[in-house]
Amino acid sequence: MDHRSTLSVLRSQLGEQAFVTSEFRDNFRIEVPAERVLDALLALKDQAGFDMLAELTAVDYLHYPNARDRYGVVYCLLNTTTGERVFVKTFVNDPDPCLPSVFPLWKGADWLEREVYDMFGIVFEGHPDLRRILLPEGFRSYPLRKDYPLRGRLERHNFPVIPRAES
Amino acid sequence: MAVRPNENFLITQLDWLANFVRANSLWPMPFATACCGIELMATASSRYDLARFGSEAIRFSPRQCDLMIVAGRVVMKMVPVMQRIWLQMPEPKWCISMGACASSGGVFDTYAVVQGIDRFIPVDVYVPGCPPRPEQLIRAVLDIQEKVKRQGTLLGREFEERKAPERPRPLALELAPSEKIVAPGSVRTATQEWDVN
Amino acid sequence: MPLQEVESFVGEETADKDFLYTLNFGPQHPATHTTLRLILTLDGETVIRAVPDIGYLHSGFEKLGEDLDFNQYVTIVDRMNYISPIANEIAWHHVVEKLLGIEITPRCRYIRTIMAEIARISDHLLNVGTAALDLGAFTAFLYAFYQREKCYDIYETAAGQRFHPSYTRVGGLMADVTDDWIRKVRDFVVGFPKAHSDISKLLNKNRIFMDRTQGIGVLSREDAINLSVTGPLARASGVVRDLRKDEPYLAYSELDFQVVCAKEGDCYARYMVRMGEMLESLKIIQQAIENLPSGPVNVDIEGKAVIPDKSATYRSIEGLIQHFELIMTNRQWKVPVEEVYGANETANGELGFYIVADGTGRAYRARTRPPSFIHFAIFPYLIEGHLISDVPAILGSLNIIAAELDR
Repeated sequence: MDHRSTLSVLRSQLGEQAFVTSEFRDNFRIEVPAERVLDALLALKDQAGFDMLAELTAVDYLHYPNARDRYGVVYCLLNTTTGERVFVKTFVNDPDPCLPSVFPLWKGADWLEREVYDMFGIVFEGHPDLRRILLPEGFRSYPLRKDYPLRGRLERHNFPVIPRAES
Repeated sequence: MAVRPNENFLITQLDWLANFVRANSLWPMPFATACCGIELMATASSRYDLARFGSEAIRFSPRQCDLMIVAGRVVMKMVPVMQRIWLQMPEPKWCISMGACASSGGVFDTYAVVQGIDRFIPVDVYVPGCPPRPEQLIRAVLDIQEKVKRQGTLLGREFEERKAPERPRPLALELAPSEKIVAPGSVRTATQEWDVN
Repeated sequence: MPLQEVESFVGEETADKDFLYTLNFGPQHPATHTTLRLILTLDGETVIRAVPDIGYLHSGFEKLGEDLDFNQYVTIVDRMNYISPIANEIAWHHVVEKLLGIEITPRCRYIRTIMAEIARISDHLLNVGTAALDLGAFTAFLYAFYQREKCYDIYETAAGQRFHPSYTRVGGLMADVTDDWIRKVRDFVVGFPKAHSDISKLLNKNRIFMDRTQGIGVLSREDAINLSVTGPLARASGVVRDLRKDEPYLAYSELDFQVVCAKEGDCYARYMVRMGEMLESLKIIQQAIENLPSGPVNVDIEGKAVIPDKSATYRSIEGLIQHFELIMTNRQWKVPVEEVYGANETANGELGFYIVADGTGRAYRARTRPPSFIHFAIFPYLIEGHLISDVPAILGSLNIIAAELDR
C-alpha cells in the first residue's frame, strides 16, 4: 500500500519534525506526541479521507522492554474508499493520563474511548459520557493495567450468600 | 369397621403423588449467559428435543418456573441479578449449574468471574463440560427428576407463608459505600439501588 | 449515546416530563438471547431514548491473553463469539502468524477457509433463526438449528469437540482432516441449499416478517462509516467492503465469490444480506473442498513453529527437543519485539487482534477488536423514534453476542 499522499498531508499540516513513522508487516504507524494527536487525526480525517475509526485501544508499557512512557494509545484509521490503513500512536503518562476525545470526529469512538477509560483509566477530555462501561460502577481499579493482578483483589467474591434455608 | 389411616401414612402418599407430578413437569428457567446457553437451545430444539422428558415448557419468567438452569459463566455484575431471580422463583425449586464455568469458573480464573455459583446460591446438580453436550444436560434433568421423586421437598416450605425478601441480603462485611459493588447500575436506571439496611 | 437529564433532552412542545417513563429491558430477557441491558425512556409506546448498559458477561479475556501463550489462548478466543467459535481461532492465529512471519501450507489455508465459511453459515443461521423467533416465526428457528447440528458434526469430526473445537495451532492445525470429514462437508454442500430455500420461503415474503423489519432501524451509509460499522451490517447499508476481497487472506484470492450488498440499511436488508452470504459461503466451500490441495497441514518442522506430532516426539530426538522447546515458557517461538494488528472478516464483521509482543511466547497485550461491541454502540441511534416492539427486531438484526460484546 502506498502511503505517500497521507504523509504529504501530514507534513503540510504538522511539519516535518512532528511525527515519526515506522512499518512492520503491513502496518504503517505514525507516532505523534499527545498534544498534537488531535491535529494529526483531524488532518487525516478531513484531508486524507480516513473516514472510519476502525480501532482504538491502549497498551500499558509498565514492564515492556526499553519503554519510556507508561501508556500508549493506538488509533487505527481506515479509508473506506481506497482501503488504506494507518495506525496513529501516542503516549501518555501518570499521574493523570489524559487525551482529547475524538468523539466529535468519529461517533464510533464513543464506546471505544469508554472502554479504554474503564480498563486503563485514561481520561478523554470532551467525551460526552465518560463512565465505566464493562465493570460495575463501584469498581475502583483499572484491570488491564499491568500492576493489577490477573485474579483481582477479591472483588469477585464480595457478595452475600443465599443458603438453601433462606431462599 | 373402616380402617382409619393414620396421619403419617396419608401424608406420605400425597407426597409421593406430588413428587411424581413435580418431577415429570419441571419448568426450566434458562439463566443463559454464554456459550452453554446455545447448547441449551440446541437441547430444546429438533435433534435432542428436551420435550421427551417433560421439561420443554421453558419460561423466561422466574415466577412460573421451578428449575433454574444457570448456563454459562456468572461475573461480578451478574451475581446480584442471579440471586434476585433465584429468590423470585416460588418454592419448590431446584437449580442446575450447567458447564464448567458456572460450576467452578472453568478456564476463566480472572478478576471478574465468580469461581462457582454455588458460593452464592444453592445448586442441586452440576453438569461438567465446556460446554456440556445436550445429552449431558438431559441426563442432569433426569437426575433432578430422580432427586425430586426420592426426596421431594424435605422441608415443605412451599406451604408456608413466604418470609424471605425477594432480594439478596446485605453484604456480609460492612463496607464503605464506595467499596460496594452494586450490580444494576445506579445512573438514572430503572431499578433502585439495593436497600442495604 | 450521551446520558443527559430528561428535562434537557425533551423539547418543550413534544411531551411533558410526567408522560415519560423508564423501562428496564434485561439483563435477563428472552429477546436479548444474551446478557445485555437497555434502559428505555418511553413516551407511550415510542422509544425516545435508549441507554445500553453492558458488562454483564465481562470475564477478562484480554487479561487472560497476557497470561497464556499463543497456542493456549486459542481456547479462550473460542469462547468469544460462541456461535462461530472457529472463526475466532482462525483470526487469532492469522494475526499470530503475521507477527511471527509464518507462511502456512496450502492445505492448511484451504481447510481453514472451509472451516471459516462453515462458521459463517452457522452464525448467520442462528442469527436468522433467532431473529425470526423473536418476531414470532418458530419454524425457521428449528430448520436453522437442524442445519447447525450438521455444522457441529463437521467440527466434531475434525477436532473432537462439537462446540469449541480449538482446532488451529500456530503454523497449522491440531490434526489433519480425514476422508470422513471431506464426505461430511460434501454432504453439507449438497443438503444445505434445500434448508436455505425452506427458510427463505418461510420468511422472505412473509407479510408479518416484512412489516416488522422493512423500514425499521435504518442505518445510512454515512452513519455506518462514521460509527465504525463493518460486516453484514455495513454491507446492508451500501458500504461495499469485505476484507476477504479488500485485504485477501487464507485462500480467498484463489476462489470465486461475490460480496452481497444492499442499499436500504434496514433490518430486512440485513436479513437478506445474511441469507445471500450463506449461499456465497456455500460456493466457497464447494470450490475449496473440490480443490483441496494435498501435502502437509503444518509448516515445515525446521521452522520451529509447530509442535511435532506424537510419533515424532516419542521416536526422534529432534522431535522431542522441539516439543520441549515450544512447551518451555522461557524458550518457545522467536518473537520480534513488535506490535501488529490483523483482522479477519468473520460473520459479524471485522474481527481484529492487536498483539503487542515483548519477545516471549505470550502476548504482552492481546487486544480484540470486537464487532459486536462496536455494533451494539449504534443501537441507540437505530431505535430512536421506533416503537417498543421494534426493539427485538433491531436487536435481532444486529446479532449481538454477549461474550464478544463484553469479553
